[in-house]
Amino acid sequence: MTDATPDQIAGGVDADRLARLRAGLKRRHARETRFKWYGRLAIGAAMVFLAILLIRIVEQGHTAFYAHTVTIPVYMDPARIDRAYPQGSNFEQLAAEQELARWGIIDDAAGTKAAQMKRLFSSELKYTAAELVAKRSDVIGQTVPIAVPLSDDADLFLKGEISKATPEDQRRLTDQQITWLERMKAEGVIGAHFNTILFTKGDSTQPEMAGVLGAVVGSALMLLVTALIAIPLGVGAAIWLEEFAPKNRLTDIIEVNINNLAAVPSIVYGLLGLALFINWMHLPRASPIVGGLVLALMALPTLVIATRSSLKAVPPSIREAALAMGASKTQTVFSHVLPLAMPGVMTGAIISMAHALGETAPLLLIGMVSFVPGVPHAIDQPVSALPSLIYIWENASERAFHERTAAAIIVLLVFMIIMNAAAIILRRRFERRW
Amino acid sequence: MIWILLLILAALGVAAYLGGRTLARRRSVGAKPHSRPGQHGAYALIWVAAPALLVLVLGSVFSAPLERRLTAVDTPPAVSALDPFRRDAFFADAHRVGRGGQALQIWERPLAEQLPVEARRMVRIERTLEWGGAIAAILAAILGGLFAMSQIKPRTRARNRVEGWIYGALFVCSAIAVLTTVGIIASLAFDSFRFFQKVPVFDFLFGTQWSPQIAIRADQVGSTGAFGAVPLFAGTLLIMVIAMCVAAPIGLLSAIYLSEYAGRGMRAVVKPLLEILAGVPTVVYGFFAALTVGPFLRVFFNEIGLFLVGGPLDGLGQYLALVQNQMALTAGAVMGIMLIPFVSSLSDDILNAVPQSLRDGSSAMGATKSETVKRVLLPAALPGIAGALLLAMSRAIGETMIVTMAAGLAANLTFNPLDTVTTVTVQIVTLLTGDQEFNSAKTLSAFGLGLTLFLVTLMLNIVAHRIVQTYREQYD
Repeated sequence: MTDATPDQIAGGVDADRLARLRAGLKRRHARETRFKWYGRLAIGAAMVFLAILLIRIVEQGHTAFYAHTVTIPVYMDPARIDRAYPQGSNFEQLAAEQELARWGIIDDAAGTKAAQMKRLFSSELKYTAAELVAKRSDVIGQTVPIAVPLSDDADLFLKGEISKATPEDQRRLTDQQITWLERMKAEGVIGAHFNTILFTKGDSTQPEMAGVLGAVVGSALMLLVTALIAIPLGVGAAIWLEEFAPKNRLTDIIEVNINNLAAVPSIVYGLLGLALFINWMHLPRASPIVGGLVLALMALPTLVIATRSSLKAVPPSIREAALAMGASKTQTVFSHVLPLAMPGVMTGAIISMAHALGETAPLLLIGMVSFVPGVPHAIDQPVSALPSLIYIWENASERAFHERTAAAIIVLLVFMIIMNAAAIILRRRFERRW
Repeated sequence: MIWILLLILAALGVAAYLGGRTLARRRSVGAKPHSRPGQHGAYALIWVAAPALLVLVLGSVFSAPLERRLTAVDTPPAVSALDPFRRDAFFADAHRVGRGGQALQIWERPLAEQLPVEARRMVRIERTLEWGGAIAAILAAILGGLFAMSQIKPRTRARNRVEGWIYGALFVCSAIAVLTTVGIIASLAFDSFRFFQKVPVFDFLFGTQWSPQIAIRADQVGSTGAFGAVPLFAGTLLIMVIAMCVAAPIGLLSAIYLSEYAGRGMRAVVKPLLEILAGVPTVVYGFFAALTVGPFLRVFFNEIGLFLVGGPLDGLGQYLALVQNQMALTAGAVMGIMLIPFVSSLSDDILNAVPQSLRDGSSAMGATKSETVKRVLLPAALPGIAGALLLAMSRAIGETMIVTMAAGLAANLTFNPLDTVTTVTVQIVTLLTGDQEFNSAKTLSAFGLGLTLFLVTLMLNIVAHRIVQTYREQYD
């Protein structure tokens, strides 16, 4: 339509003005196109950032999902194994020396070669062998194959993360260790397989033995506490504010308060948790109960806001019909309004729980930065949660923890995606438009 | 112990409900009762549960301080002569021994003999409190139940009373929100007050030297402990400005494009993707900043630096060649990416709230779409967008994980985005996750910083909400 305007008025206007209008129009259209492109570029930039973020995490993390195991025959030398106390025997040394002997390599007096060989195996070898001897003492004097994970550095080399091109003094493996690894690989005793340890073990100081299960259970316990506290309180508060609250100053204060609490930085909740729950109430540090309480207080405002909007969406005619049939206010709300608002309430609850699952800063302040081995089983014992485990691993100096950090992030994101997808499905299936 | 108690209370509750119902039925024979038997049962149940819950909640909140009070009463002189830090450690050890564990420290002569005695005393106090609490809870439940039973008559308005209780419970739920605020302010203010007794407020707010490390031993180096927070405020501000430089244009332009130009199909694709960006936990952004963006920017600037070295800009080249991973730019840029969906969705809402008639009017006058946006929509939506940007700023100031993982710890007073700076939140985390000293200015300063952070973000939020509110009312 704008195209036609200059031509229409051209009849009565001199050519000069027409030319100016035409030129101006061209400029304006160019400006329009440019502006459109700014918008496209902005969206493109946001999408590119998202893509880089996700691609980088998968790129860094996918290698952690498989690991290498070596199977070596160990002669259970009766002279070097204490039958009564197998844990005390030096199985690692035994295996390393035997491996060298098999290849006909003669060690020097200080045993440096055996020490280097030992460093290719995970120290888990010791526990695997000791367990075997403790269970079946008849293996002493026999040669048994023992399968153990490779040490983190050897594993990284086989994944191509440690390059032979790096000068020897700058890499974590010596030339000799690399030759040995390649020889073992050629012999076919090294196998790559899915890294089950990552999903079945708790944290460990050895990267090759570290897993996320402890943190997943820790997060689950914490979210359980959060859900049990935040959902009833949040829904209750929302019902009162939306259905019962009289219009007065107190109600206004509560409303403004909830809106402001939703925007308080999460670290402030951490300070509150530290001062109130740990320093004052003496609840155990880094426990799911404290973490759950802090996250519950944090999730409360968003939960209230979400629940209120779904209560608001229930049309007043429902309430009026119930009241007209003689139901009391409470009966109206609990038998008619709330059931109809339930899909929205559940969606809001799941989304706020997903948000709580990813929250890290308050957890650091209540002590979830320390190393917790194993898998927790009680809500008053120290645990680490998934996000805090990511933080701990990211700070670890071993390089093998870097790929595991990215893997833990993938696990966390998968949980969040599942929760959000559940919320979306709930909304799609049960949402009613009035 | 606690589970058994809860089980007993649950059993009492069920009994009260069933008993109340039966009793109501029996007593209302012949009369026309006001409420139904089930409502009488519910009434009895409430009277069992509420007093017991009250006792339990009060007990769990106050038992720890009460225990400390009771332990302090009879402290032997040898123990009370210790300094507070050592005394706490002694009691912690006594507690451990009392529970059948091992003491963490080796205590010398008079204390070593006191340890088992104190351990027994502490266990005794703890047991007494535990049993006292449990018995009080059960007693409260029984008394409440008996009271409710005495109230069951045909004319009792049990339904109204139950509804009154429900109303009260719902009100308490909303009051928790206020209590949370009170709790935040009280806990921050209490410890901040203790901090400001050691360090004057003026020195804290306007001092330019931040080095919270205080000497434990007299001969330690670099240890006077300076608590001037200006470098932290400057660092926070710098990172916030960088983040807003990334988030504001990208977020705003994409919101404009999505609400004014994009078709249905594009919105359906882009909006969920932006929501994913918004849902990514901040610790993931921190990881991304520390291991992807940081190294990338460092290599980028180092290459430029190496190119410039020896040329006319040699000094700049020397500087750029030595830039580190942990620069303000890394944290700021990643924080900006994090804020894009936040700014975009808020602006989207605000632009959608502008009445369609304004757009139509502008189009009718022959304006192009971009002219409509620039000359009509943006001026109309300006207050709302300003509010949205203020909220984004408050998010940026309070954001913790990205800066903890990607910004540094060095408290430099600088506005150079390639330098390492530290922020208020980073310092709070650092001060409270390391070895904590009892009651030291170092630990307490975290609460001073927390209070400042809380007040600043609160102010930003209130102003932003007020602006948005007034703006909304304009078009409603």
